[in-house]
Amino acid sequence: MIAIVDYKCGNLRSVENALERLSCPYILTADPARLKAADKVILPGVGSAKAAMDNLRAAGLCEVIRSLRQPVLGICVGLQVMCRDSEEGPTEGLGIFDAHVRRFEAAPDVKVPHMGWNSLGNLDGKLFKGMESGCFVYFVHSYYAGLCQDTVATCRHGNTLFSAALRYENFYGTQFHPEKSGDVGEQVLKNFWSI
Amino acid sequence: MVAKSIIPCLDVKDGQVVKGINFVGLKEVGDAVEMGRKYSLEGADELVYLDISASFEGRRTFVDLVGRIAACINIPFTVGGGISTYEDAARLLDNGADKISVNSAAIAHPELISQIARQYGSQFVVCAIDAKNIDGRWVATTHGGRNLSDKELYSWALEAQERGAGEILFTSMDHDGTKAGYPCEVYAKLCDSLRIPVIASGGAGTIEHIAEVLTKGKADAALAASIFHYGEIPIPVLKEALRKQDIPIR
Repeated sequence: MIAIVDYKCGNLRSVENALERLSCPYILTADPARLKAADKVILPGVGSAKAAMDNLRAAGLCEVIRSLRQPVLGICVGLQVMCRDSEEGPTEGLGIFDAHVRRFEAAPDVKVPHMGWNSLGNLDGKLFKGMESGCFVYFVHSYYAGLCQDTVATCRHGNTLFSAALRYENFYGTQFHPEKSGDVGEQVLKNFWSI
Repeated sequence: MVAKSIIPCLDVKDGQVVKGINFVGLKEVGDAVEMGRKYSLEGADELVYLDISASFEGRRTFVDLVGRIAACINIPFTVGGGISTYEDAARLLDNGADKISVNSAAIAHPELISQIARQYGSQFVVCAIDAKNIDGRWVATTHGGRNLSDKELYSWALEAQERGAGEILFTSMDHDGTKAGYPCEVYAKLCDSLRIPVIASGGAGTIEHIAEVLTKGKADAALAASIFHYGEIPIPVLKEALRKQDIPIR
């Protein structure tokens, strides 16, 4: 059973739909006991990192998430709040990944938000089993986690090389949306399910 | 580098796709979900569904359809057509649409863009602009080109961006349906003046037209209907040809 953290942070529907397509059983919950009991936990997030952190704090979930020992996957802003801090707000993060989250600088050929399909490089680890560098996934974001020792996939927007995915122990995060990334995204979710 | 997106557009009336679609294996024109899935398997990067129903019943059917599309399709999709209030947008988003596009209603009430963007984020809001060239000035039109508005293309696109639109979908009503190509210089000027992506729509008849608008026209994506529906340019053929011209394509 996958528990999707329901902390009033954007539309969870697309994550639910993706898990249904893969026949992964899931629940939506903000109950610490149910989160701790789940086999896997997904922390989605749409909107701003500050709003997401405020909601996690209000729901009393910061320490709960840090203490989870099963595989946890943060998606998009879910990844960002798992970092040390974010310029968006600014806000502190959960401090799981050793990365700072910064805003992309717009330039004539660099649109912000970074929106659309972009390719992954330097794939590393179980989340990307069976996948090759150069595969495309779907991104929608204005802020990014810089490269750090937890980086397990990279992506380039303009001159900025950023963390497309992070991993620290049992914690994973993807800046892209696996639930909207076609067959490649489904593979990432299947890989997460089978960790 | 962000890939340029290829986007088939499906017109839906009372829950059914209305333009003929020449897919082998599909018995009849109709099922919007199946067609979306087919395009997605062929390599479409996103889909746009436009509701052209005129009736209340048709609109309600469309909302249900959006829920089925969201359940079945694993790439992003935009829905538009007849979104005139914040509540219309919210209903479609709650049913799983990734983005909504606003057009005539945003021209009448520009704050609609701000309202939706504030609540759901810029990435949810596509501002569609149908404009035509009147004595050298690009004037935004409403209701499918029937009425002229008081908005001018470039300033309206900029206003939409400032109000929080995440993308501009610009159709030249002078080129739409002609299959003679896009007004590339207009697209280039529009793209240079904005920091959000621009989707080119209306006018494509050949692969070269699409290549031009993505390079010379600087557009971030190309949207088309009939050339895909009638199988004139299959998406895999198009994408391969664009790749050969070193255009970044998924």
